[in-house]
Amino acid sequence: MDFFIQLLVNGISIGFLYGLSAMGFVMIYKASSVLNFAHGELLAIGAFLFLALVTWAELPVAAAFILTLAGTFVFGFIVERLFLRPLIGEPLIEIIMLTVGLAAMFKGALLLIWGGNLYTYPDLLPEFLAWNWGVVQVPPVYVSAIFMGIVFLLLFGLFFKYSSQGIYMRSVADNQPAALSLGVHVRRVFALSWAIAALVAGISGIILGLINGINVHELSSIGLKVFPVVILGGLDSISGAIIGGIIIGLLETMTGGYLSPSLRDVIPYIALVAILLVRPYGLFGLVEIERV
Amino acid sequence: MNDKILLQINNIGVVYSDVIQVLKGVSLSVPENRIISLLGSNGAGKSTTLKAISGLLKPENGKVTEGSILYDGTEIHNLPPETITRQGIIQVLEGRQPFKYLTIEENLRVGTATRFGKPYKEDLDLVYAYFPVLVKRRKTLAGYCSGGELQMLVIGRALMAHPKLLLLDEPSLGLAPMVVQEIFRIIRRINEEQETTIVLVEQNANMALQIAHYGYVMENGKIVMEGDAAELRENPDVKEFYLGMGATGIAKSYQDVKAYKRRKRWL
Amino acid sequence: MLRRFRFHPCGNYRDHYEKELTIFETDFGRLWMTIGLSVLFGLVPFLLGSYPLYIINMIGIAAIAALGLNILVGYTGLISLGHGAFFGVGAYAAAILATEWNFPILLALPAAGLITALVGIIFGLPSVRLKGLYLTIATLAGQFIIEYILLHWEGLTKGTMGIILPEAGIFGLSITGDRGYFFLIYLCLVLMTWLAVNLVRTKFGRAFIAIRDNDRAAEGMGIPVFRYKLLSFGISSFYAGLAGALFAYYMISITTEPFNLMLSVEYIAMIIIGGLGSITGTIFGAIFITGLNEALRWFTDWLINVGGITGVELTVAPLREFAFGLAIVLFILFEPKGLAELWRIIRSSFRLWPFSY
Repeated sequence: MDFFIQLLVNGISIGFLYGLSAMGFVMIYKASSVLNFAHGELLAIGAFLFLALVTWAELPVAAAFILTLAGTFVFGFIVERLFLRPLIGEPLIEIIMLTVGLAAMFKGALLLIWGGNLYTYPDLLPEFLAWNWGVVQVPPVYVSAIFMGIVFLLLFGLFFKYSSQGIYMRSVADNQPAALSLGVHVRRVFALSWAIAALVAGISGIILGLINGINVHELSSIGLKVFPVVILGGLDSISGAIIGGIIIGLLETMTGGYLSPSLRDVIPYIALVAILLVRPYGLFGLVEIERV
Repeated sequence: MNDKILLQINNIGVVYSDVIQVLKGVSLSVPENRIISLLGSNGAGKSTTLKAISGLLKPENGKVTEGSILYDGTEIHNLPPETITRQGIIQVLEGRQPFKYLTIEENLRVGTATRFGKPYKEDLDLVYAYFPVLVKRRKTLAGYCSGGELQMLVIGRALMAHPKLLLLDEPSLGLAPMVVQEIFRIIRRINEEQETTIVLVEQNANMALQIAHYGYVMENGKIVMEGDAAELRENPDVKEFYLGMGATGIAKSYQDVKAYKRRKRWL
Repeated sequence: MLRRFRFHPCGNYRDHYEKELTIFETDFGRLWMTIGLSVLFGLVPFLLGSYPLYIINMIGIAAIAALGLNILVGYTGLISLGHGAFFGVGAYAAAILATEWNFPILLALPAAGLITALVGIIFGLPSVRLKGLYLTIATLAGQFIIEYILLHWEGLTKGTMGIILPEAGIFGLSITGDRGYFFLIYLCLVLMTWLAVNLVRTKFGRAFIAIRDNDRAAEGMGIPVFRYKLLSFGISSFYAGLAGALFAYYMISITTEPFNLMLSVEYIAMIIIGGLGSITGTIFGAIFITGLNEALRWFTDWLINVGGITGVELTVAPLREFAFGLAIVLFILFEPKGLAELWRIIRSSFRLWPFSY
């Protein structure tokens, strides 16, 4: 029973992390209907930028954190500007292929710089963040993951539901010509969505790095695990991303704990195919309103 | 007409994808606070004219290659839509085009994009006053609303931007006659009460000429006729081709061969 | 039977639908193809050494698999990220058939293709209800699931141990060495290209294109969209399976290692760089990517030998990944129609010289 509860807690915490990683992904999808296959690389870039700032530049943690956020924000902006902006209005297949290309490019570049080794951050998080309920122990990283997950969920939820900028973003995703006709600055919306997505990805990358250590392959494969998460949650639902993340997290830890550790990494994809067969738009996704 | 001219189009040509010439020297002027109606058959270039004004040609790979469009005395052709809309020119696209996954109220809020950061509560009330149907639907996703409601929504959405010049592309498309009448009444009211200048593109020439002050007839990318709305309503050619009546006022029969000859004179 | 030779007219003079469908517009095309094929089979394998032949063989295998992917992506408009795994299924199917059931190569190749087609159809099943993006994600899942099964179904695939294939023989003639496989691979490639070119001209090909351009409209025209989507998955996987089987025989021993997501991305890169929906383009793409692979291997070897930068851990893998990514990105940004389009431009500028209109 204790084992079960520990798995439950681990699963939920990892789930929050997946959800957090998926949020940036959903952000881009919501604004521009682009599936970003380079999301794992965005996670990795955030994690490595932070690593470089903390260990090589030896900045204090807080300063490094803020610089990383700024850096990833700018990076997302530049990526949009250089690679995606020229493709506005091109067929979706080309844009998706472009992100596949970007993923390979970024991953190759990161591997060239840092190689495939495992790096670790120095201990950053204070001990008081840890939760202990008798047998169940939640280490500080997991607590911070859950905390960040909830904070960003609220922030994004409010942003998309109530802020004008958020509504403009959704309008662009919905009907681009109409948004243009009303004067929505479509290019700015795209740039902003990439910048925010890269920033959130950077934060998730750092937390993931704190838990498992930083490794290019590991982080980029988590970027692909975003897909089962968002499919479960529905491609365009921010809260769905968190719920999908938790379900996938639980599924993984339970499979790893009770069935077989090697099955752990594929179980999300098996779940993904099963869900797609039953509910093609995910559990919380919008059903496409198609009027001809 | 001795009003101030708000929009002046001088002899423009529009080319899509560098090869397809759609407009061949279109000139028209839009005086302030008037409703100008642009008539013509399918493919005559009415929608393209509107898009040339609002800057929406660019995403469709079209370009104004000659002539000029002057708005309030400054050139605006080939500017990006973000810039043009911020000067108060808002186009309502053909075929409605709501944001399907946004609620009615969120749809209306997108209309504030050109005035980002300014309060919009009063504008919402204004739109709801013009279109009371929308009030009880405000929390519904636009994708689930009827055609008439959507047409009102998109006009209302454009109103949120405080347009000085409103470009309406076929607001009657696919709507029931009663709804069309109501929408045209409201367009007239908007013109009178908000002092909005309106360019109205229509197939339904009868309705359009009832509310418009002045009209242009387009054919094959050119303006072939213009005149006061009342004058156009009486013109035998317009009667025949757009109002569906024979030159004498009797409903027209298909065998009327003379139609072909007279049509040719225009081209 | 002196038929008049056909040359390029100076305009579009096609007045029958059949003329639109001809493969060779002029007799020149036919002539060039005959010359090309005779050089390919008559000279290439006898003039070149073992290493260039090896590269040429790899290009042939890649081209077969990429042709299949282009039928799926370029013609039917369904993006698949699992092609590398299907290639692996073909390789393993051939290996298992050859070792466990002693299938001769002539049977094992098509059988591997058919098995892969079946697997492909299974993973194509979600396309009943899924469109575009969702389907792409489903194929990504397929990639991981197949990889897992290949690695962990040890009773069948021997897991990490891999399988060693027996020597192949056709009618008592044993196929060994690069030259032997050259003939096998390129005969398959010619056959599969011929099939692909003709497939596109049939009602199946037209149905695929209709689905790509607008699946709802296609359905309205009475095309059973779902059945054709599955068929497209099946055909595309058949190509992948056949290529995989050839690869397995050629490599003699296989493990699960090469059939990863990177391979799928490589195939995507081939058809994008070559040109979506172009058969010739696919072959260009296969040449380009395989060539790039080899060039990069040379480049890294050279860097290590020069030794100026020892101490830096330089392996070919990351550089390769980076270069592939860059190639994909550059082609999409600057020549989205791929090498096929460049080829067309070059050809027509020669044809029209000196009057460029």
